[in-house]
Amino acid sequence: MPSELTEAIVGMREDEALAIVKRELDAGTDPAAVLEDAKEAMSVLGKRFECGDAFIPELIMGGEIMKGIAAEVAPHLKAATSATTRGSVVIGTVAGDIHDIGKDIVVLMLDVNGYDVHDLGVDVPVEKFVAAIREVQPRIVGLSGLLTLAFDSMKATVDGIAAAGLRDQVKIMVGGAPADAQVQSYTGADGWGNDVGQALRLAEQWTGGGA
Amino acid sequence: MFTDDWNDLSSDQRFAARMDAWQNAPIEFASPDVRQAYIDRVQLWRDAIALRKPVHVPIAPWIGLFPLRYSGFTGHDAYYDYDKLGQAWDKFHADFRPDALAMTIAMVPGKVFDILDYKLYDWPGHGVPEDASYQYNEREWMKDDEYDLLINDPSNYWQRFYVPRMFGALEPWQMLAPFTDLCEAPFTAPFFVPFALPPVKQMLQKMMDAGDAAMEWLQAFMAIDGKQMATLGIPQMAGSSAKAPYDILGDTMRGTRGLMLDKFRRPDKVKAAMERLAPLAVSWAVRSADATGNPLVFIPIHKGADGFMSDEDYRTLYWPTFKAVLLGLIEEGLVPLVFAEGGYNERLEVIADPEIPEGRMIWMFDDTDMARAKKIVGARQCIGGNVPGPMLTMGTPEQVDAYVKDLLGKTATDGGFLLGTGIVLDEADPAAFKAFIDAGRKYGAQV
Repeated sequence: MPSELTEAIVGMREDEALAIVKRELDAGTDPAAVLEDAKEAMSVLGKRFECGDAFIPELIMGGEIMKGIAAEVAPHLKAATSATTRGSVVIGTVAGDIHDIGKDIVVLMLDVNGYDVHDLGVDVPVEKFVAAIREVQPRIVGLSGLLTLAFDSMKATVDGIAAAGLRDQVKIMVGGAPADAQVQSYTGADGWGNDVGQALRLAEQWTGGGA
Repeated sequence: MFTDDWNDLSSDQRFAARMDAWQNAPIEFASPDVRQAYIDRVQLWRDAIALRKPVHVPIAPWIGLFPLRYSGFTGHDAYYDYDKLGQAWDKFHADFRPDALAMTIAMVPGKVFDILDYKLYDWPGHGVPEDASYQYNEREWMKDDEYDLLINDPSNYWQRFYVPRMFGALEPWQMLAPFTDLCEAPFTAPFFVPFALPPVKQMLQKMMDAGDAAMEWLQAFMAIDGKQMATLGIPQMAGSSAKAPYDILGDTMRGTRGLMLDKFRRPDKVKAAMERLAPLAVSWAVRSADATGNPLVFIPIHKGADGFMSDEDYRTLYWPTFKAVLLGLIEEGLVPLVFAEGGYNERLEVIADPEIPEGRMIWMFDDTDMARAKKIVGARQCIGGNVPGPMLTMGTPEQVDAYVKDLLGKTATDGGFLLGTGIVLDEADPAAFKAFIDAGRKYGAQV
């Protein structure tokens, strides 16, 4: 049974969702529970997206409402919660490409699904991916791109990760509107996706449901 | 316009007049054979648009930087070195002979951008590598509380709010008053006072410098295209541009994300702004088409693709004002050449709108089921496109040949089809691209 807050977020009723959060916090509800309800809403939106009942605007608006709720809740959290993560992900748009909308949606949905996401931004050079993999030790690397020139950058990034001796430690997904099996094969990645659902499924598959 | 009695002509008469003008363009051809080749190529387009079966399927790929790469040049060369651009265009068109020219207008002048300190996009050497294409800087160039300013007076909004953000060199325009202040004598001098200010004077100088650089670009562009037309008989692909009102807002004003949030937070403002922008989009295209004499209006569409909004939103939010633009262009006798980037599978029933006159526009698709598109949209309008960019970049010639054969078999047997690419090609493997052209020639004459 979805909570009132979950329903408000799923219904894209931003003002109502924020009013509920304020009311609950004032009434002494556990802030972590409030956040859980909000995350549940994003999970519902993710499932609706998968079924074709919700679309990119609903995911983005859901993320925006989440951001507002997180800002309300933050001062009420006594200490950082020691949430368990399902695994770390290093992600970025590859060198030469500055498109970020698809990547940002994947980052948001991986985050609300319990992954520890390290977003390197756009136009990310190979060395930056390699350095982040060394530092974060992720299970998953996501390479995003919209332009055809991104295919070569993705390939160079996969090659660079291999040359750094890190290829066996990570599973690499390539994503973006033009991604397909041919792009995966050309770049030497382990999986591909052209929407957030495919990214989540790959992440789930590669982490076996836990870190 | 084309005739003295233009205002008395029907839409169909204007369409015929514009098509005739395009086919009989005043070009000094290298020979009568080249002239005939040009006329024949335009006839391919006329037949396809009218849903007739052309002599062969016109081959009209979207071409970006591929010719530069094919000649060993870079994106930077395309935007800064018109000699190299011309060499690349000569080689590409001579080698592949498509049925429309690559779009020279997409080879934007870096010098103009430099002078104006253009901020909306990055280009080679300015935020993206030397070999990349120009790319949009996704951000909210129009603020979320500025809808009323836009709706009340779009020109004032553009000049005093949007443009000063778009170009660093034009920031001082904010100091100027709206031109609508100019009416009676006593109010005239105050309007001109800001023109005495040094930042405004510097701005005007930069605008004149940008004008010189833009003129240099235009002359190079006309010489390059003129040479292809005169020596190879290949027509230009389009002579004007327009946009869907939702995309005007979403592409470069509010940004993709900003507009998606506005759809929930201020839907009435979004709708009112789109209604305000629709006639401006028509007017923009008509003015350009009148100047160039080419009836095809290039309209790339983006933010209504599958997944970018619900079917309901497409029907009620995106389509009505876009349809108004299409109808406005068709009324003027122009031919909307719409490039539906991304997937358009969920939109086919909507865009096959029976109120759009049959055989008067072109839908070019990207990642869309072409058999369905043919059945639903192709019954009323010419369709085309779809050959995947990744296949032309990474596929084998055999794969490309098989793909084109299958595509034409599904879509072109009764005419009304243009063979094109699903994306604008910045990259391609020359062997795969040649296979695309060869397969188009071979199967396009057989279907």
